[in-house]
Amino acid sequence: MSRGGAAAHPSAPTVAKVRMRFAKRGRARFSSHRDVARAMEWALRRAGVPVSLSHGFSPHPRLSWIGAAPTGAASEAEFVEIGLTRDLEPSTLAREVDAVLPEGLSVLDVVRAGPGALADRIDTSVWRIAMPGVEPQALVEAVAALEAAPVVEVERMTKNGPRTLDVRAALVRVDVMPPLDDRHPNDARSADDASGDDGRPAGDLLGGASDGAPEVSDLRDRPHGSACGTLSAVVRHTTPAVRPDDVVSALRTVAGLEPPVPVLATRTAQGRLGASAELLDPLEEDRATTGREPHPERHVGEDRPV
Amino acid sequence: MSLDAPTRGGVPEPVWDRLEPLLPRVRKPVQYVGGERNATVTPWEDAQVHWALCYPDAYEVGLPNQGLMILYEVLNERPDALAERTYAVWPDLAALMREHGVPQFTVDAHRPVAAFDVLGVSFATELGYTNLLEILDLAGVPLHAADRTTAHPLVLAGGHAAFNPEPIADFVDLVALGDGEEVVGDITDVVAAAKAEGLDRRATLERLAGVPGVYVPGLYAVDYAEDGAIAAVRPTTDAAPARVHKRTTSDLDDWPYPKQPLVPMAETVHERMSVEIFRGCTRGCRFCQAGMITRPVRERSKRGVSEMVEQGLAASGYSEVGLLSLSSADHSEIGEIAKGLADRYEGTGTGLSLPSTRVDAFNVDLAEELTRSGRRSGLTFAPEGGSERLRRVINKMVSEEELIATVSTAYEHGWRQVKLYFMCGLPTETDEDVLQIATMAHEVVRAGRKAAGRGDVRATVSIGAFVPKPHTPFQWAAQAAPDVVDTRLRKLREAINSDRSLGRNVGLRYHDGQPSLIEGLLSRGDRRVGRVIEAVWRDGGHFDGWSEYFSFERWEQAAARELPAYGVDLAWFTTRERDEHEVLPWDHLDSGLDRGWLWDDWQDALDSREQDDCRWTPCFDCGVCPQMGTEIQIGPTGEDMVAAGRMLPLTPVESRTSTPVRNPALSGGAAGSDP
Repeated sequence: MSRGGAAAHPSAPTVAKVRMRFAKRGRARFSSHRDVARAMEWALRRAGVPVSLSHGFSPHPRLSWIGAAPTGAASEAEFVEIGLTRDLEPSTLAREVDAVLPEGLSVLDVVRAGPGALADRIDTSVWRIAMPGVEPQALVEAVAALEAAPVVEVERMTKNGPRTLDVRAALVRVDVMPPLDDRHPNDARSADDASGDDGRPAGDLLGGASDGAPEVSDLRDRPHGSACGTLSAVVRHTTPAVRPDDVVSALRTVAGLEPPVPVLATRTAQGRLGASAELLDPLEEDRATTGREPHPERHVGEDRPV
Repeated sequence: MSLDAPTRGGVPEPVWDRLEPLLPRVRKPVQYVGGERNATVTPWEDAQVHWALCYPDAYEVGLPNQGLMILYEVLNERPDALAERTYAVWPDLAALMREHGVPQFTVDAHRPVAAFDVLGVSFATELGYTNLLEILDLAGVPLHAADRTTAHPLVLAGGHAAFNPEPIADFVDLVALGDGEEVVGDITDVVAAAKAEGLDRRATLERLAGVPGVYVPGLYAVDYAEDGAIAAVRPTTDAAPARVHKRTTSDLDDWPYPKQPLVPMAETVHERMSVEIFRGCTRGCRFCQAGMITRPVRERSKRGVSEMVEQGLAASGYSEVGLLSLSSADHSEIGEIAKGLADRYEGTGTGLSLPSTRVDAFNVDLAEELTRSGRRSGLTFAPEGGSERLRRVINKMVSEEELIATVSTAYEHGWRQVKLYFMCGLPTETDEDVLQIATMAHEVVRAGRKAAGRGDVRATVSIGAFVPKPHTPFQWAAQAAPDVVDTRLRKLREAINSDRSLGRNVGLRYHDGQPSLIEGLLSRGDRRVGRVIEAVWRDGGHFDGWSEYFSFERWEQAAARELPAYGVDLAWFTTRERDEHEVLPWDHLDSGLDRGWLWDDWQDALDSREQDDCRWTPCFDCGVCPQMGTEIQIGPTGEDMVAAGRMLPLTPVESRTSTPVRNPALSGGAAGSDP
């Protein structure tokens, strides 16, 4: 009889691992980590990717998630490591999975995993926080007040009740970005770069400059003529994590800044903070050890802008 | 149709831009954003007839609903129609929508519901009626059908609860009786023609009344007698037939839906690929409305089942398959289906399950086949009645010996838990009948310990309160009062725990009897009950299927305010037994069952006489087949499940992987070395 740990067909061993960077955009940003994880598991099955299974009474696919963006926040830099029972071309896997993901989720980069843990290469995020209805000048002043304060404590409700965290301690730097209209439409990333010289992870496999396009439309769909102060915040990963909402709370605390409508936060990068406050692409090391993939073709703007 | 909704060149403006800023402020916002895999968005102007399909409960319950998913696909395949979906929004968002003037919307293209031609609402349970009013109000559609104009959607009710739509007769324009696959097309044809001809609302409704299976409540008048009972229900125009007969989809293999199941981002109650393996049931359990109103049995062929499973898994990525029906182990080819699917999906991380009401060894064999390589947690059996006498009353024939032998087999084969389903408050039931559930549970644990050779076996007893339903032999029965049910269940708990050693391995789950009494009011109510529903909604009542929102006091008070004017009350509709000649509110709606046969079956129930299953034994003249021009359709079907090349793995499965999908782009494997 076959059941429990003694399955008739033991799980095939994990012979290869890939690491994937993917985006959560548009309306998909309202999904929680659990929602994204389920959607990814089903997409991998639809795509026919041979994900390896854990052993034991209730086998589950071997996916390791790292630092998920909170519900309501968009991201251009979510990471997952996937165990495979067969070695696959990362670019093929990227294309096949991207084709069957639900609207709003997009594969940006896949590499074969090299030695070392991915989690060890990620300790910092760059967040872009757009605040419709907030005058850029008011934001500049609030950010200055935030930078000047040695400690800025905010309270957040967690499952275990209210917790107080120091936002200032986690902030590496904050910059107010120039108004969107002053930038070239295809140049949304330049503002990210300003935040930390090189906030953009190097070697985008799939996205290139097109990654920013849906985010731009996120902002541009809002009523014209209204101000939209936007900041870029480099935030160290602490426990509990300082989220974009906490940064906004901190601005409220130090400067009474009160966004009239909910802010739109997008994680633009994750990685390790380098010696000169630049963010290092966590997949770069894998590319260096497992070899660089050729850049495949990709259609721009496959996701319907919302 | 609506002139009220803001439009641009006749195309209603989506509400997304106004909804989006509200979403960060509500719980689980992802349920409102749509964008499900396999959802369809058709340009408004490409369709003549626009359907909003509504499940009047939360998204997490409504999204997986098979009926809605089937009609969504069937309608969207028509070149002249589009269908979008809308669900009940939770009170946190409803309050913000009212504050900011955002109307009820569809999740597909976030269009205002009021702009659609038809608002089709599927009622699986009567407890969704207050949500109907909430949805209409949020949509800006007048609550009363009589107040609507040509500018408003036609509000259509369907689903099992629609077999007695009288309590919501004032709020709906149309009711569709029976299977929906074909009638939605007929309605689309009539609405398209009515729009083209510029017919007004009344003329459109009169024409729709001529569609088989469509009931237009507004074209009928109800007369009441001195004693409060109905004297007559009569059409007020020649356009409306005296009786409306249900629709029956005859060949399920012609309707292999859903082909592309919706896969949500949000968490829902059933995350699996569901295939309806047959419709109808002939077991004849007297309490079961679904079994009575969906006759005759129509099986999907084993080939049809296997094709739907294969296609559905590829389209959805789900890792669970549910083989659905009212009693799936009764499919005449279920053994072959189970073996075929278990062979095909072994080692692909795909779980198979089916609901079954059988209590016999075959059920265990079947479950064993389906869980061949997976986990075995719990196995469910439904004896329904605690004593053998009561099981004869409800026509659920299983002896205690049979049950014990069956569960012993289950424990022997590795199941750790057995779940037993019962009802409380059945006709003729006494305390003694219910207390026998305790004896049975003890016996099950004793037998389980012996069979499993260990002490930690578990039996869970789950109990639902019985609600008499229209179109069943129990439609004349008195419903048990909540305190009778609650008292019996308290005594049952004491009896289970009277033996501490056995009792600690028995879990007891039940709900109190009050919501069931209200379900009873709504199930067998007439048009006067509509006043109560509206009063409850105006008093803040909604989401009545959720214990945290349901208020018995609110219903009781509304009934006490609204009903005495008509000389009736809550008890008159619920705990009162009806006599043979009383006009029942649904007598003019024909489910195919012969009223005389139902009455005789009710008398047999009172005499504890059982009735055989006509699938295997000669016809017992319930009336459905001759009345509806239908017949039982069962196997053998002869054809193989799926062409062998497609169905069988090309290489023997030696080890498990995580997907049944073979993607040629990925099947070659990677080159050994990097470029």
